[in-house]
Amino acid sequence: MPYPKRFDGRKFDETRPIVAKVGVIPRADGSAMFKIGNTVAYAAVYGPRNLHPKFMQDPKTGILRCDYNMLPFSGHGERVRPGGGRRAREISMVTENALRPILDLREYPNTVVDVFIDLPQTDAGTRCAGITAAAMALADAGIEMKDMVAAVAVGNVQGSIIADLTYDEEQNKTETEGVADIPVAFMPNSGKVTLLQMDGKVGRAELKKALELGREVCKKIAEIQKAALRAKYMGESQ
Amino acid sequence: MITEQKQHVLAYLNKGLRYDGRKPLDYRNVTIEYGITKSAEGSARVRIGDTEVIAGVKMSVEKPYPDTPDKGNLMVNAELRPLASPKFETGPPGDQAIELARVVDRGIRESEAINVHDLVIKSGEMVWSVMIDIIPINDAGNLFDAAGLAALAALRDARMPGITALNKADYDNRTDKKLPLKHEPIPVTVLKVGNTLLVDPLSDEEDVVDARLTVCSTEDGSLAALQKGGEHPFTIEEIDQIIGIAQENAKMLRSKLAR
Repeated sequence: MPYPKRFDGRKFDETRPIVAKVGVIPRADGSAMFKIGNTVAYAAVYGPRNLHPKFMQDPKTGILRCDYNMLPFSGHGERVRPGGGRRAREISMVTENALRPILDLREYPNTVVDVFIDLPQTDAGTRCAGITAAAMALADAGIEMKDMVAAVAVGNVQGSIIADLTYDEEQNKTETEGVADIPVAFMPNSGKVTLLQMDGKVGRAELKKALELGREVCKKIAEIQKAALRAKYMGESQ
Repeated sequence: MITEQKQHVLAYLNKGLRYDGRKPLDYRNVTIEYGITKSAEGSARVRIGDTEVIAGVKMSVEKPYPDTPDKGNLMVNAELRPLASPKFETGPPGDQAIELARVVDRGIRESEAINVHDLVIKSGEMVWSVMIDIIPINDAGNLFDAAGLAALAALRDARMPGITALNKADYDNRTDKKLPLKHEPIPVTVLKVGNTLLVDPLSDEEDVVDARLTVCSTEDGSLAALQKGGEHPFTIEEIDQIIGIAQENAKMLRSKLAR
């Protein structure tokens, strides 16, 4: 029995409403806010700046350091204890890997580009919203980029391949049909994947279909990212 | 470097001016937005000039502490996430975050804005725990006032969750019941730089502060919490003058709370 109709009435390949803004944190060197449905991510970029502790410095290149954090009141249900845990550490790491391919920091040896991602409100897709916001913030900080990065969660809910899962959809497994949650990030110009994780259950053919859907959706999200950047720097309205 | 910056700030102040063109006792524009995150029981965003602080209230059903069976729990926490300023670092809360949270906490607790006795569900067995988290998004100075205002606004915005059959908070079914808020404590921080007293400091002014006093007062002007900071002393006359300045600005800030 396939997932016939989405809880919120969206088409299978349709994302929730998106709002993207650049330059929302004046104190930072670059910043952005990305809202998709009820998931909101802020990203701030500081750097390239001095890197401490010193042993982490690389004389050949600057490094990228990401820090993903759900704010205490951002979760479904109970308060999220601050300080981060294993989940936040892992997401910070895959976020770094998702963004690194578009950067070349060899001109800034011994430095760090810090990216801080904080979410005040969440409804699934948080790492993807964080990565999407972070890519805009990096561009806002004036750091050279080879491509954009946009991210979205695609998934297989009861046999239907869908884009931008909500919390309710992630939870929607039955005894016979699983749910696959597949966060992906793409470089929209090259069409290559920079983030891929999956938990759940999916076949080879379905995965390919899901990735192809992810690529198309990320291209659309990249247009929204660019429009937000243009709105700040060229005074165009979105 | 600090000394040069200080000379610069002082040179301006001696002309009665500040970096952003304000006079010493001018406050920046203040806006308050309610309900900025759906996952919290109550939330608010406060902007003071370029400074932006958000606060969220989460509630849960807990067992009271054995020595206070008739008191609910109130907790204020501030996270100075490095997102908001190049001066903040990752890791557990440092001195600045702890002081910020404790000053806001004292204002709310000591003014009895929330009477912890009102948070009892069943004496000795079940009480509400009210947790307020304060998060600066952009630090352009004056986090004390912004944090206190955001915490109070988030409390005003809060609606109690229901209680499930297992005596847990039912977050999917929030009631329309508000928290029993009896007072509106508002902190106002006055800085002394050289011989000048100023309100609503910019970050550059905070960097060169000689002394500061945060005064938390309620709607009738009574004082609920005080916190002196900075290395320089105050005279009694200065403190009295500061209290007056704080009470006046608290009134202005309180008027912004109306929806």
